[in-house]
Amino acid sequence: MAQRPRTARRSDPRPRARRRRAVDAKTWIANAEALGRGEGELVALFAEPDRVHMALRDVAGTRLLTLAVADRRYPSVGARHAPAIRLERAIRDLFGHEPEGLPDTRPWLDHGAWPLAHPLAAKRGLPAKSRGGYEFLPVEGEGLHQIPVGPVHAGIIEPGHFRFTANGETVVRLEARLGYVHKGIEWLMQGAPIARAAMLIGRVSGDSTVAYAYAFARAVESALRLTPPPRAVYLRALMAELERIANHLGDFGAICNDATYVLIHAHCGVLREQVLAACDAAFGHRLMRDCIVPGGVAADLSAAEARRLKALVDSIAPRFRELVAIYDDAPSLLDRTVTTGLVSAELVRRFAAGGYVGRASGRDFDARREHAYPPYDKLGLEVPVFEAGDVDARLRVRLREIEESLRLIRRILDALPRGEVRAALRGAKGEREGVGMVEGFRGDVFVYVRLSGTTVVRCHPRDPSWFQWPLLEVAVKDNIVADFPLCNKSFNCSYSGHDL
Amino acid sequence: MRSLLFKSLVKDPVTIAGPEAEANATQELARTLEDLSRRVLGRSLVIREVDAGSCNGCELEIHALNNPVYDLERLGLKFAASPRHADVLLVTGPVTHNMRVALERTWKATPDPKWVVAVGDCACSGGVFAGSYACVGPVSAVIPVDLHIAGCPPRPIEILKGLVALLDAAARNNGAGKGAVR
Repeated sequence: MAQRPRTARRSDPRPRARRRRAVDAKTWIANAEALGRGEGELVALFAEPDRVHMALRDVAGTRLLTLAVADRRYPSVGARHAPAIRLERAIRDLFGHEPEGLPDTRPWLDHGAWPLAHPLAAKRGLPAKSRGGYEFLPVEGEGLHQIPVGPVHAGIIEPGHFRFTANGETVVRLEARLGYVHKGIEWLMQGAPIARAAMLIGRVSGDSTVAYAYAFARAVESALRLTPPPRAVYLRALMAELERIANHLGDFGAICNDATYVLIHAHCGVLREQVLAACDAAFGHRLMRDCIVPGGVAADLSAAEARRLKALVDSIAPRFRELVAIYDDAPSLLDRTVTTGLVSAELVRRFAAGGYVGRASGRDFDARREHAYPPYDKLGLEVPVFEAGDVDARLRVRLREIEESLRLIRRILDALPRGEVRAALRGAKGEREGVGMVEGFRGDVFVYVRLSGTTVVRCHPRDPSWFQWPLLEVAVKDNIVADFPLCNKSFNCSYSGHDL
Repeated sequence: MRSLLFKSLVKDPVTIAGPEAEANATQELARTLEDLSRRVLGRSLVIREVDAGSCNGCELEIHALNNPVYDLERLGLKFAASPRHADVLLVTGPVTHNMRVALERTWKATPDPKWVVAVGDCACSGGVFAGSYACVGPVSAVIPVDLHIAGCPPRPIEILKGLVALLDAAARNNGAGKGAVR
């Protein structure tokens, strides 16, 4: 259990001019190579018709590098730093830019079903010729068989395809194929007024609608140099913590359910339901969708609802602890979760995997503390970090975070400033850009936005799942097929947030 | 664990209860559903959920139907893993081009008689994603839809109400055929 002192480096996640730099190919390559050597972390990698952007974090803080794309080619980051590979496959599909040296040039988001190719390029292409099947990486060895699963899954979950190669019961390789729920969100945002873009961003990933709206609002406010009213700042954090608790409770129950502990699942379901009902009463929406808007929040919290939320937190805490005690005291349950689905600290660091996936394998990062965006700079935050890297550790991170969120909600409600909850948006002259990074329940959500007046020119939301999905493939290796649901739920990656 | 089990002996169920409370829609729906589903399909209606491009918001609320507060199964409704066991397809999302084939195949794999319920604004109309190069459009653009349940996402109680409307219409047809009940 490691905890970084509160005086940890705090870098402003909002890039002002000094944090954004147009670079040449040589500098671009040097930075990619530095990432490959582990001297920094890749935060995001995205494109425009005439350029590519790389957001990275190192000792100097968080920076954004921009490289002009000539002849639709640029030097691949993935060739030098593997976590970038899927991001570059997506860039290739959407923009037609060729990342030179990219080791894996199979399409990623484009399944050959769109009516056109390179939908976000300056000049769109003709639809891809029917590519037939997708070539999974070859697996060789004796006694191997394949188990294809999806895209339509057995449960009520999102679609994606998992190709297992197993030897008897043991998984020797898992390869995921994603992109099934690609909705063209980045394209829809181009040229959209801020209000419509805010609605789209709130629908990138339903379970993180607050986190996305929050990050987008911060990005827009950063671009427009706008400070939201103090009360709105606190209400946003209140919603973010409620969203975190609701999701973590759902995951706690779902993981136990997969290990046949239906009792915990049922109780977590009740607690989650009470949180969502309280959110509905307080903010008018169970998932708090469209409640955070650029400039502030859409509606104020009444005094009566604030009291009710406090009562809810007080009533949940003891019941939740009782469930944790059951988990701790159930050898048959721990037998399923301890040492299952291991992810090494080294891999988590290399992929800069956020959220419980990172913190269960020793990566001490939480955007709420690292970027200390208000009001978290005033709330204090204990970030639980475990080293074991198994299903149990990923669950325990969540359990500690629920406790911490309950504490934060009490503090927020006690310290809630009075006043306005929304500032008017005024478009600036010329183009303005900004980024926002917010810690969602799953990990750090990053949003880049560039505005012209009050119109979105370009927006890129990066889900934490981009850097978690590849690690799931590693986690399940050498586990039995029957433990895959446990591994998968302990990750709970987003399909929609990733597919965009 | 012992204290938790003991509490369950003395506490009221968390399942929305109390027939005298008119706010308690679930209990009313339970009676209606039970009666109708018995007439139509011998007291059971099996549902297969298909995410055809959703943001996952609708899935969260459909999932909630299984929790002890809504407890779908007491009504004779149940989610199945396979479309081959299903009477109803509950479809979400602004059907993406990448999910179109999977949705069509799921529909074909579901035995007749079958009903399709489009859940959520995206499934009903394409929602905020309408017009995207990546989306086909509403579910009805791909397979015939019998019922639309709007909302972004609809609350669990609204999804339950929608299922009742479907059963009402199915019962009117005596289960022999099925008609659109928009």
